[in-house]
Amino acid sequence: MRATVLVRPKPGILDPQGQAVSSSLRHLGFDVGETRVGKVVDVELGTNDPAEARTQLESMCAQLLANPLIEGYTIELGGE
Amino acid sequence: MSTAPRPLVAVVVFPGSNDDRDAQLALARLGADARRVWHTEHELPSDTAGVVLPGGFSYGDYLRCGAIARFSPVLQAVVAFARAGGPVLGICNGFQILTEAGLLPGVLRPNESLSFVCRDVPVVVETADSPLLARCVPRQSLTIPVKHGEGCWFGDDGLVAELEANGQIALRYAPGANPNGSVGDVAGVVNADGNVLGLMPHPEHAVDPLLGSVDGALILGSLVDAARLSVAASV
Repeated sequence: MRATVLVRPKPGILDPQGQAVSSSLRHLGFDVGETRVGKVVDVELGTNDPAEARTQLESMCAQLLANPLIEGYTIELGGE
Repeated sequence: MSTAPRPLVAVVVFPGSNDDRDAQLALARLGADARRVWHTEHELPSDTAGVVLPGGFSYGDYLRCGAIARFSPVLQAVVAFARAGGPVLGICNGFQILTEAGLLPGVLRPNESLSFVCRDVPVVVETADSPLLARCVPRQSLTIPVKHGEGCWFGDDGLVAELEANGQIALRYAPGANPNGSVGDVAGVVNADGNVLGLMPHPEHAVDPLLGSVDGALILGSLVDAARLSVAASV
């Protein structure tokens, strides 16, 4: 099955990239507040079992995909 | 010329390392038998008495800087060497790798300015307790260049307090001279045992008066001393 992991800077962590994006958006005339920039990781998994998939993805995030000091993540299961 | 033995210092080379030759040259001038070791090696040379992880952009900085290099075969050997008490110095990208590998606390983030910084900076030695800073004295100011886009060291309040209590914050940028926005002006940290040091400034670029400062030789020379001592201790 497929899954998507969204990795975001933790709340409270300064995100200079997000600040640069929000200032650019304002420059374009958009009325925006804070912007935060994260990463999208699409993963094709060998298993089709949602519980097993979630366990594996949690482990992937803990070991590699996110740095727990500065990043949080959410897992979205989807696709076949 | 000194007749002291030349300890073997391994300079690990990853795809994307670019300061390995400068590190090798600087270490050789400071009395080490400096050898470059490719990342696919599963073991360090048998007489290795010190390790340097040099600057660069290992594995293209994919995902996060240092995150992929952590999985290279040679790094398992470096981790074992460090855990056994061997002296290990991580410079810039090497510092990033050591934090990702869990050998040093904290993490390096993109510079607050989002700009790459490349200039000499004044760095203050906070503690010279680590053998890797033994040639320095506390409160000494060193001039060493930085050149990085992701050198903003971060630790949360709890971690910073713990490191300060343990004397693990080894180097700070001088007041007003922080080039990247790091928490507490941190420029370098050591592990709890003091045998692993990571820093963003590049001591290997500050060893020749022709290029300005020679303060980097104090740090690399300390590593060579520590390597020589570990050889003497094992004989």
